[in-house]
Amino acid sequence: MKRISTLAFALLVVLAACSKASSVATNQPTTAGETASECAKNATFTTDGTLTIGTSNPAYSPFFQGGTTSGSDWKLNDPTTGKGFEDAVAYEIANRLGYSTSQVTWIPVKFDESYAPGPRPFDFNIQQVSYKPVRAKAVDFSTGYYISNQALVAVKGSPITKAKTLADLKPYKLAAPIGTTSYDFIADVIQPDGGPAPTQTEDDAVAAVNGGQVDGLIVDLPTALYMADPYVQQVKNSVVVGQFANPTGGTPPYWGVTLSKGSTLTSCVDLAIGEMKKDGTLDEITKTWLSDKTNVGTVPLIGP
Amino acid sequence: MSLAPPPEPPVAPDPSASNRSNRSKLVGSLRAEGRRGVFVAVLSTVVVIGGLIAIVINSPNWLTFKESFFSVQEFKESFPDIAHHFVHNIEIFLVLEPLILAFALLLAIMRSLKGPVFFPLRVLAIIYIDFFRGIPTLLLVYLFGFGIPALQIPGVPISGIFWGSVALSLSYSAYVAEVYRAGIESVHSSQTAAARSLGLTRWQTLRFVVVPQAVRRVVPPLMNDFISLQKDTALLSIVAGQFGEAFQQGQIWKASHFNFTPILGVALCFLVITVPMTRFTDHMLERQRRRRMAGAVL
Repeated sequence: MKRISTLAFALLVVLAACSKASSVATNQPTTAGETASECAKNATFTTDGTLTIGTSNPAYSPFFQGGTTSGSDWKLNDPTTGKGFEDAVAYEIANRLGYSTSQVTWIPVKFDESYAPGPRPFDFNIQQVSYKPVRAKAVDFSTGYYISNQALVAVKGSPITKAKTLADLKPYKLAAPIGTTSYDFIADVIQPDGGPAPTQTEDDAVAAVNGGQVDGLIVDLPTALYMADPYVQQVKNSVVVGQFANPTGGTPPYWGVTLSKGSTLTSCVDLAIGEMKKDGTLDEITKTWLSDKTNVGTVPLIGP
Repeated sequence: MSLAPPPEPPVAPDPSASNRSNRSKLVGSLRAEGRRGVFVAVLSTVVVIGGLIAIVINSPNWLTFKESFFSVQEFKESFPDIAHHFVHNIEIFLVLEPLILAFALLLAIMRSLKGPVFFPLRVLAIIYIDFFRGIPTLLLVYLFGFGIPALQIPGVPISGIFWGSVALSLSYSAYVAEVYRAGIESVHSSQTAAARSLGLTRWQTLRFVVVPQAVRRVVPPLMNDFISLQKDTALLSIVAGQFGEAFQQGQIWKASHFNFTPILGVALCFLVITVPMTRFTDHMLERQRRRRMAGAVL
């Protein structure tokens, strides 16, 4: 008995030592008053002298804008234009890390690829990834650069557009892409009678509404406004029926930049985003690329 | 061709005694060889499998990999939900398999019909089979699952899972039709000739002589296609809808937790039904082989 407990104790000590060692290795301490660019000098990069940023291809509006040129590998929008909300955020982070616009390289990164185990081929990845504690076990998250409400897009005049409360939405079929906060919102908060209708991609969710397979789709508000924009009408003849306030309690599902687990750059990106929040740059970018760009008036709130 | 006399059996001086001792010696050495064989088999298995495991475990990223693909906690959390959704996969292939078997047989018969009158039917069957065998099943499921509902034809179902299943059936029917056809062509033409000379019509010959023998011969390959269909129900994960197929559910868990373990859970569900089916098919093949060999001299 004694031997067992001694053994167990020894094991505990070893475990504790291990976990301590790993926490020291992963969380690079930031010295007080250090700037993002100072921090980045001590970080390691995928390619020296270049900041490699990953995002989805196609790069979706309104987070990326400015279109794409023929011959470019990028669909819908080319991130090198610097136009669009996340595009602007990414370049602002880059500049604060000490990288000029020309020192930034973009690579296409599939959502799944962004959290596969092991070092990733990018320095950081920005594609509307929302923070969850359990996700942070697999990747490093930066602090948030945006918190989005969820919103409902449906065809004008269809019965679902009369919904005023969450309970009104229960009988309907609602689509959302797998792995999004929107999907979780349908599954956990709205809880439709027939269950959620997941799709592989955002485009498939749009196709499902256009094909009449579902009654509506849930996406983050900026995307909803873009899809239903009178000049875009990604979903044919559509409106944003309403938005949902974030459920109270717990950490709101903010969007963060993701990095390889244990990246030396994580704390530097945090510093950069902190600086952007402090001097109002982030608010300005948000206003320029999200608030000012929408052609839809105020969106009603669908309450509980 | 010369008929050689059969080789003479070796003649022993005292057949009964020496034969017995020889046999026991032989059995003993066989046993020894058997024991050595087992030992070598065990040793080589340990070396090979152990070596593979060692390579995997000592890979530089093993710990991260383990956490990402073999997380016990993630498995416990997701597996009951995935297993629950796997029931839908079973339902789907149970419904689709009989439809495919019937439709494919029709196609195979169409393709095997002889005579100029049936030329258009033959051509139709060939075009159908070429077309549906030539397109990846995944693409068919996607095109049907999103394309046909988008037409919004009144009175036609708009469910993605419905049209995805139709695509799966159409694709598999093309493959299974070819299996049937191989069976039909393996029935010797003397069978048809005999049946026809007995006064059976062409149709009766097909119905009572050719098809029964053909189908019996192709049961094992049909089983293979059945196993394949069970696995390919996972392709339905790409269509939209509230159906909730197991792979899709696994992907939801994976994307929600950034952990790949749930996908292994889905794989496990499939193995639980496909491995027994595979063993059973092997068993049937073996039985068929023995039946064919019965009475034959090798």
